[in-house]
Parts: sequence; structure tokens; C-alpha cells
Amino acid sequence: MSDSLAGMPPVLHGSTPEPTTRPAPATRAQRLVRLRQGTLSRLADRLFRYAMLGCALSVAGVLGLIVYELVVNSRLSMHEFGWSFFTREVWDPVMGEFGALSFIYGTVVSSLLALALAVPVAVGVAVFVTEMCPRPLRGPLAFLSELLAAIPSVIYGLWGIFVLAPLLREHVQPWLAKYLGWTGLFEGPPYGIGMLAAVVILAIMIVPIVSSLTREVLATVPRAQREGVLALGATRWEMIRMGVLRNARAGIVGAIILGLGRALGETMAVTMVIGNRPEISKSLFAPGYTMASVLANEFTEATEDLYLSALIEIGLGLFVVTIIVNGLARLLVWSVTRGTPARSHA
Amino acid sequence: MLSATRTQTRPIGLGRRVRNLLATAAASASVVLVMVPLVAIFGYLVYRGIGAVDLAFFLETPKPVGETGGGMANAIVGSGIILGIASLIGVPLGIGAGIYLAEYGRGRFGDVIRFMADILNGVPSIVIGLVAYSLVVLRQKHFSALAGGVALGIMMIPTVTRATEEMLLMVPRTVREAALGLGVAQWRATLSVTLRTATSGVITGIMLAFARVAGETAPLLFTAFGNQFWNLNLDQPTAALPLQIFVYAISPYDDWHRKAWAGALVLIVIIVGSVAAVRWSTSRGVYRGAE
Repeated sequence: MSDSLAGMPPVLHGSTPEPTTRPAPATRAQRLVRLRQGTLSRLADRLFRYAMLGCALSVAGVLGLIVYELVVNSRLSMHEFGWSFFTREVWDPVMGEFGALSFIYGTVVSSLLALALAVPVAVGVAVFVTEMCPRPLRGPLAFLSELLAAIPSVIYGLWGIFVLAPLLREHVQPWLAKYLGWTGLFEGPPYGIGMLAAVVILAIMIVPIVSSLTREVLATVPRAQREGVLALGATRWEMIRMGVLRNARAGIVGAIILGLGRALGETMAVTMVIGNRPEISKSLFAPGYTMASVLANEFTEATEDLYLSALIEIGLGLFVVTIIVNGLARLLVWSVTRGTPARSHA
Repeated sequence: MLSATRTQTRPIGLGRRVRNLLATAAASASVVLVMVPLVAIFGYLVYRGIGAVDLAFFLETPKPVGETGGGMANAIVGSGIILGIASLIGVPLGIGAGIYLAEYGRGRFGDVIRFMADILNGVPSIVIGLVAYSLVVLRQKHFSALAGGVALGIMMIPTVTRATEEMLLMVPRTVREAALGLGVAQWRATLSVTLRTATSGVITGIMLAFARVAGETAPLLFTAFGNQFWNLNLDQPTAALPLQIFVYAISPYDDWHRKAWAGALVLIVIIVGSVAAVRWSTSRGVYRGAE
């Protein structure tokens, strides 16, 4: 800046430069800034920084608080039952006998089956939106799947009770019992309400989560990757399979695990359609129970300390599992999307 | 050499073409498959809900069992109160944490906080309800709007944090440098220049967080608890729209089922309306190009 103002051709400096004149304007500007800021202002800067740090620490604080409260309040039950709490099927509040196995079974089975239904569809949607669909359709499709994610779970539950369950009872379950009843998975009276309904509802709920994250991951695959595979003579599907999906594998797995995390913790919709009976049954027509729904149903009824403590221990178990699942998923997604700005919705 | 050229010019084989076609069909089919429940849910909401939404729904409290009529006015107001408390907790903390991550959180410490925010985002809402229960309800010895607000406020923090960070990072470096070059203190530059530039994006994030917790039911079951009557006292059990929908949905009464559908329609209009409005207003701004 000072060079152009001085208008002196640099050749003239030659071997005798003037070191004092060139840095001078910069120093003066810096001194001006420092003068105007003053000590008070620098103190304010520091205070501001600490305040923001405090806000950031509140995130860690809340997590710590969750762990602390759950552990402290479930001590009674931990003491009483030890590790066997997680392997016992009995749940008898009247006799003071508590075991979480049937809830764990319900949670794991409903989530895994929902994932099995949802993942192919979710990845299909993501592939269609990023690789196949005509440009003008992209925005609306992404928006619609976001709408699906914005529906509150209590509304999914309402729809599950009054629309999905009757549909399953009258049309789907008789058909399944007739043709697949021999597997033992589709036996017993078709109530509509039960494990199957929970699986279907959960699958509908996690499709948008998995597909939006998968879309994000697919978008990070470099263009050159696609062009390279196409240039070798691949069809579009081969390009997607070899050039895109293979490169995004880790991120897609992350998205799927994140969907699993959501399914494990989902409460309202499941509570409303799963039937809420603490039993382990092979048949998907039978009612079940999950860790989240037993909390939703029985927490306000728990009058005795041990009962309450047992419920909170179930909450602790659910928390630990979702923490592990989510942590794993985030690390996988991060390993792929690192470098591109993070998206907060999920 | 010659054979290589010949393979290149040979047309793509039938098997590969069929596989390509099948994959395209499968991907398109999955889109259709997703649209079915979407249309079905919205269709039923309107079909079952629209007849039950009347003026009384917005003006009256629930009638006792057996009497028809009445509305959910107390639940709508209760939801407003609880969401207000939640925003008071979640928005400032979330924005502050977002500012920290965007402006100072470069190193490992920032990564840890970022990771924790993502983890907190994935904690089941019912577990957060448990914590609000033991933090507020156990101490106060009764259910309250305050406890519900604490639960939802905690849920808002990570969403607002990540959205704020993302939006602040989109503000060009030069804007910060220009502000600092004018001799403004850094805190002023951050608040009135950087944050100001990112305002619309930050508001989007807040609205999305708001929409997400507005439909939450599970953590309210044992914090706000619900109430059949008017209550404006923050210290007392308070009705909320999603809670009321839940209670009415699992009840055996037809009139309550109608009310549940009406409540669901009102709730979805509020939520989807705010999400759509935000998407629409920002679709021509920051987001374009990014997607």
C-alpha cells in the first residue's frame, strides 16, 4: 500500500533500502487500534470469551449431569439386583421383583427390524436424489423427506393406532400368517397392535434421518471420482456402485447407526402401538415392550423407591447404549464429511 | 492393442443394461415408497382433524369424561409457556456455545465440545425427561411447567449450538477483519458484526430446534405432567398440546379420539408451518449453493 502511494519504482532502492519508512504506517495503525481499545476493552474481550466458554461448557455440564443423576438415582436398584438386572425377565412391581431383559429384547428387536426395513429404502432415496433425479425435483424431494422428519412422534403414534394397526390387522397380518406362518414369526391372533406395528412405525420414522445423512455423505464424494468411473465406460449404476457408494461406505454405515440410535430411544410412537406387555415372544404379532415405553408408562405410577430406582436404571441403560451407538455413528460420519461444513439437523 | 480398442467401442452388454435399469427402478421405487406414508399421514390428519377443529377447540378447556365438546385452549397456552421457558434456557446457551465453537473453538477442546453436542442431540428425549424430573420435580416435590421447560430447553441447546456455529463459519473472514480493522473490540465485532451477518441463519436454527421440541411428548409425561384445567402458574402441573393428544389418543372415547386428531392437525400446522416458512425464507439466501 505504501509502495504504490510513494510511487517509487522498486529498482531505485537497489542495495540501499530504507527500513524505517516502510513498516511505519502499519505500526501507526496498530498503535491506533490499541489506543482506542484500551485496557477496559481488552478486559471486556476476555470476559466475553469466558462467558462464551461457559455456554460451551454447559453442553458438557448437561451430559455430566445426566450421568450423575441417573447413576445416583438408580443406586438402590443396582445394589439390590446387580448385573442380573439386565438378564432377568421378571417384572413384578407388586412383589418388588425387577428385571429388564424383556424391555431390552423389545428395544433391540424392534430397532433392528425397523432398520432392516428402512435402510434399503433410505439409501435408495438418497441415491435417487443425489445421482438420478432431475435437478428441479431435488429440492422438493429433500424438503418432503424433511417434512417426514418433522412430524412429532406422538402424531406417528396416533396414526399408528387408528390407521396402521387396523390395516395390519385386517389385511397384512392374515396374509402373513397364511403364507409365512410356518416360520413362527407370524403366529397368534392378529391384534394389529404389537411388535409388527412398532417395527413399521419405527421404520417410517427413521427413513428420513438415514436418507438425509446418506445424502450428505454422498455429496462429499468428489466429482472426479464419478467422471473417472464413467470415462472407463461404466453404466450409471456401475458408476454409483463403484465410484460413489464404495467411497462413501463408512459414512453410510455411520448414517445407519445414527438411525439405529434414534430407533432405540424412540418413545411415544412405539408406546402407543407396541402393546406394552413385558414378555419375550418369537412372534411379531405378539405385544412387546421397550425400555423407553416402560419409562413412559410406569414412571408416574412408581410409588416405591425400589420401583422408581429400577426404572431409572433402565433409563441409564438406554442412555449408555445410545451414547455408544451415537458416538460411533458420529465418528464414522465425521471421518467422511470432515472438511465440509457440518450440518446440525439429523 | 487392437483388442483393447474393440472392447471400448463395443456397446454395453444386455446384462449390464438390465442391471442399470433395475437399480434405477429400485431407487425410484423407494422414493415412491417413502411418499406413501407421508401422503397417508398428512391425508388422514386433514381428513380426521379438519372436522373436529372448531372455535371451541381454541377457546375452551376439556370437558369431563362423558360430555362432548370443549377444547384444548389450556393445552395450547400451556405449550406456549413451556416452550417459552425452554427457549429462555436453550437459545442463549446454544448461541453462546455456537459462538465459542465458531470463534475460539479451533483446537481439540472445540472438537470435544462439538462431539458432546452431537451426542447430547442423540440422547433419547425420555432420558432427558428423567433428568429434569430428578433435578426439578424431586426438589419441588411436584410436577410443573418449569420442569417441562427445563427438559425441552436442554434438548434445544445442541441443535441451536451446531446451527449457530455453522452459520457463523459461513460469514467471510474479511467481514471480521474489516470490523477489527476499524478498531472495534473483539466482543463487539463478534456480536454486532459477525453474529448480525449470520442472523437469518441463526434464526433458522432456532426455529428448527423449536419445531423439534414443540412436538416432544415423552419428557413432558413426568415433568409438566398435564392438566385438565387452566393453569398459568409456572410451579404447577401444566397441560401441553402433545401430551393432550397422547392422553386422548389412548383413551377409549370416540369424542376424545376426534379431539386427538384435531390437536394433531393444529400441532402439525404449527410445526410444519414454521419449518416451511423458515426454509422458504432462507432458500434464496445462505442455503442456496450449499445444497
